[in-house]
Amino acid sequence: MFTFTLRRLLIAIPTLLIISLVIFLLLEAAPGDPLGEVPLTVPPEVKAKMREALGLNSAWYVRYLLWLKQFFWVEPVHLWDALFGTSYGEGMQRVISFQSRQPVMQIIAERLPQTLIVVGLAYVVGVLIALPIGIISAYRQYSWFDNIGTFISMIGFSVPTFFTGVVLIIVFAVKLHWFPSVYDTTLQVTDWASFKAQIRQMVMPVTVLALYNAAQISRFMRASMLDNLGQDYVRTARAKGLTEKVVVLIHVLRNSLIPVVTVIALGVPTIFGGAIITEQVFKVNGLGQQLILSIHANDMPMVMTLTFIFAILIVLFNLVADLLYGILDPRIRYD
Amino acid sequence: MLDAPGKALIEVSGLKMYFPITAGVFRKHVGDVKAVDNVSFTIYEGETLGLVGESGCGKSTCGRAILRLYEPTAGAVRIDSKDVLAADADTLREMRPKMQMVFQDPQASLNPRMTVAAIIGEPLDEHTSLSKKDKLARIYELMDQVGLNRDFANRYPHEFSGGQRQRIGIARALALNPKFIVCDEPIAALDVSIQAQVVNLLEELQDRLGLTYLFISHDLSMVRHIADRVAVMYLGQIIELAPRDPLYVEPLHPYTQALLSAVPEPDPEAEKTRRRIILKGDVPSPANPPKGCNFCTRCPKVMEICRQTEPTFHEVQPGRFVACHLYQETAD
Repeated sequence: MFTFTLRRLLIAIPTLLIISLVIFLLLEAAPGDPLGEVPLTVPPEVKAKMREALGLNSAWYVRYLLWLKQFFWVEPVHLWDALFGTSYGEGMQRVISFQSRQPVMQIIAERLPQTLIVVGLAYVVGVLIALPIGIISAYRQYSWFDNIGTFISMIGFSVPTFFTGVVLIIVFAVKLHWFPSVYDTTLQVTDWASFKAQIRQMVMPVTVLALYNAAQISRFMRASMLDNLGQDYVRTARAKGLTEKVVVLIHVLRNSLIPVVTVIALGVPTIFGGAIITEQVFKVNGLGQQLILSIHANDMPMVMTLTFIFAILIVLFNLVADLLYGILDPRIRYD
Repeated sequence: MLDAPGKALIEVSGLKMYFPITAGVFRKHVGDVKAVDNVSFTIYEGETLGLVGESGCGKSTCGRAILRLYEPTAGAVRIDSKDVLAADADTLREMRPKMQMVFQDPQASLNPRMTVAAIIGEPLDEHTSLSKKDKLARIYELMDQVGLNRDFANRYPHEFSGGQRQRIGIARALALNPKFIVCDEPIAALDVSIQAQVVNLLEELQDRLGLTYLFISHDLSMVRHIADRVAVMYLGQIIELAPRDPLYVEPLHPYTQALLSAVPEPDPEAEKTRRRIILKGDVPSPANPPKGCNFCTRCPKVMEICRQTEPTFHEVQPGRFVACHLYQETAD
């Protein structure tokens, strides 16, 4: 297992380098100008100076290598400085956002908690709802519970979050005034009242995303359970005289979880990516929203860095899923 | 066994297992697949009853219904005079140790994510309160009994060969000292060279532990080898039940005659003179069995009465039961 992990991590390095190059070239090829939003009244020679200041005049490979150096060397050094109070990184050029002139990593660090709280909680809630629904739906296949579950999953699957989000806002925020329609990022949880306010503003975005996640995972869970419920070893377990609880929860569920755990693990990177659309609908100042803003403004360092971080997470969680598979299924060995 | 039938251990009477057929949008019940249709027989303590018949005739369903792995539609099954089919879930669970099953497919019937020790030991967790040490000792004892190396206890089923896996299945079935074991085609999935080993193991265990078997198989020679009495099934019904030797020497029911004529002779001289009775047509659908005798559509000796009334299953000679109009008059 250890050598397998090590080998996979080593393979990940060239993979990620190629991914970063592809992202960079795609952004390079995309139309648009980082200075497009600069007012027309600004004289051309000033614009040319701004362009030079942003480093846009050098060749693309120079800028790419510079970004690589900044991302893999300067940023870790700064992280080290921030963590241990040292100052090795002084004077080194960090990855700077065109838009805000702030270090990109600083913006990400500011926005990450919002995304993790809202989108992460939605994912956890989604999984917690999906597993029991999937299990019961499969165990009582074609019962009314299963039919209702199937119906709700189909809705969750097929109705996009920007629609359910707006419907929820109209019903619960505009008509009923139960929850605020806009997520207030500046809210500090200090006492009971602010905690309640925080919960209230989280309810709707979390519900929308949880429904979407639960719909997918519950279908996987149901299919996987059905697959295993029909297996011969389940009959063996019943013939042993085990209680139905043991048969379903130990024998069937444990075997059914393997593909589902993989799906759940592979879904984790999307949490960090933030639900781009849902964050937009509820005005959550998370990473997804930042990505959209930066794309609009042609903020290349920001888009590049964010996309690349998502790529790292995807590669990493692919490995995690593979390792989980190996732990859960004794037939799979990575030697 | 023939002269002194011991105590009846299993009594099956009027067992019916219908699977509903539904159709249409509202899943209306439109009929039944009569997989097992009114089957009655008795198994005596210590004997092996062979249950033979062609594919799809309901042999396996019958075996599973007896152990209530299916919920039978009607009938009664008594083991040691306790009704299995009437028991509620808890009582049934307490009865499980007494009756066990060896399944057909040793690959699929073992949980792939459990070690051999866990598979064999799980019934012990559920039905006994042995200490960890005693449990392990019992697991090793069982593994010895079925000829598995003790060192394999922590391996997973996929690491074994077919014959070894079937031994695991047998050890598992033996864990709680059952009296009665349904062997559902235990050798059908095995290589011929392994079949003999497993059957000999089953016989050896029977002698040692005094087990009673219901041995389901389509392999007529293997049944001849292991069974004391043989029941022949056709389309969900038992059509003939007799002690082994008379049945193989002089089959009464035309279907049994046809079935036995299909067994190849190992002796080439005898093989030359073997006269096969070829049945025409297909087995009717169990969802829509013919009126009268189930076999009337293919029977070479069919009579008018066969298409009208169903023959009763009755004793024509001591210990020999048959359901056929050819023997109806002699009995009357």
